[in-house]
Amino acid sequence: MFGTSLRDLMPIILVIAFFQFLVLKQPIPNLGNLLVGTVFVVVGLSLFIRGLNMALFPLGETLAYDFARKGSVFWLLVFAFALGFGTTIAEPALIAVADKAAEVAAVGGMIVDEVTARQEYATGLRITVALSVGIAVVIGVLRILRGWPIQVVIITGYIAVMVMTIFAPKEIIGIAYDSGGVTTSTITVPLVTALGVGLASSIKGRNPMTDGFGLIALASLTPMIFVMAYGMFF
Amino acid sequence: MDLLHHTMNVTLSTIQDVFPIVAIIFGFQWLVIRRPIHNIKRVIAGIVYVVIGLALFLVGLEEALFPLGEVMAKQLTDPAFIYGKAVEGLYTIHWQDYVWVYLFAATIGFSTTIAEPSLIAVAIKANEVSAGAVGVWGLRIAVAIGVAIGISLGTYRIVTGTPLHYYIITGYVFVVIQTIYTPKNIIALAYDSGGVTTSTVTVPLVTALGLGLSETVPGRSPLMDGFGLIAFASLFPIITVMGYAQLSHWRTLRSRSRLQAKGG
Repeated sequence: MFGTSLRDLMPIILVIAFFQFLVLKQPIPNLGNLLVGTVFVVVGLSLFIRGLNMALFPLGETLAYDFARKGSVFWLLVFAFALGFGTTIAEPALIAVADKAAEVAAVGGMIVDEVTARQEYATGLRITVALSVGIAVVIGVLRILRGWPIQVVIITGYIAVMVMTIFAPKEIIGIAYDSGGVTTSTITVPLVTALGVGLASSIKGRNPMTDGFGLIALASLTPMIFVMAYGMFF
Repeated sequence: MDLLHHTMNVTLSTIQDVFPIVAIIFGFQWLVIRRPIHNIKRVIAGIVYVVIGLALFLVGLEEALFPLGEVMAKQLTDPAFIYGKAVEGLYTIHWQDYVWVYLFAATIGFSTTIAEPSLIAVAIKANEVSAGAVGVWGLRIAVAIGVAIGISLGTYRIVTGTPLHYYIITGYVFVVIQTIYTPKNIIALAYDSGGVTTSTVTVPLVTALGLGLSETVPGRSPLMDGFGLIAFASLFPIITVMGYAQLSHWRTLRSRSRLQAKGG
């Protein structure tokens, strides 16, 4: 069980050893810490994969089947929004990015450089991103229900990103582009993937491969658009 | 003792992260669907595994890999390392001087992506859904190559100070063109692989690299130029995964036509 995880970790160990010994030519500091940490990572990754197959995948799938059987599109969409919004608002990576963005905005003179102003800006940004992920999951679920091709939805999103880039303040663009990547956490990804695949396999005429995936892609696209919009209006 | 304390803290914050998700799922299950969850004991045990596993994983990373990775990123971007010890005063930057940085960016991007738990999850699911047509390792390696290219190009961008959106928009154009020629059933998966690459392992290391670079390269500021690496890391896997699909599609076609040629 731990062998697989150790193999997954091997490339990192090799890269670090190569650069540390051959390029930087330095000994490894705190070798004890490094070994203990590696054991933690290996055990943790193995347990996580185990829990993934026991809980996250089955949960996402049964929810999809149950919603499909119930046949209520309204409640399915409410659930989709709650899942997207709820998992994003508390995401630690997003909190870090939002604080950084407030700093950039303050330095760039977009807001007053005060603690309260910064906090307000950061909170507003977090709510904006969480809203955008909620909306993304709703659109993604609608797409699976209706069978819209993913490329049409995503390329429309790309065009929106390009147009917004022209109008958004320069300082916000880097943060906006990065915010797409940070919203999808390690717990959300398996759950949302299982939900999408489960929905696509329980609805007649949908293919789990072509229709089931794509929710994560949408959830990483909409924050870019929304953060640039936030930068323009606040 | 310190380690134990730290592990407890991280476990608590992981529970905090998981709580809203569990609350939403169980809330809807009880109030809207009104059916008991199948095999509830197993699911709860699984959630406990996920929480403890993720907490141990994070503590291990924070104890071992991140400090070392951050120190290495600092040392590799240090002008004293890049230009030799005798640097004083002004010097002009050549992008070629940062070759070790690009190589570090590429290899660390590749290796952290291989260990990324959410990518493992998506690869397992894709393998299952495609009935084995998409290999778990094939997908993971394709994504990891994408992240490697993306991050090293991203560090090149920070060194040269060229605008981020030129690269990203060019990447988009690439994705659109590839979408036309890629086998239809892989498109959604390819788009998804952009978002899954950047979570627990990759983001902190890559951020350290970006900040280290933008602090030491003259004329760059961490606040304005330190961003963008994550964007690179989420765009390029889309391109490489579609490339991987095209390649294996093309190979099947070729071997099939070869077989036909032999038979005819």
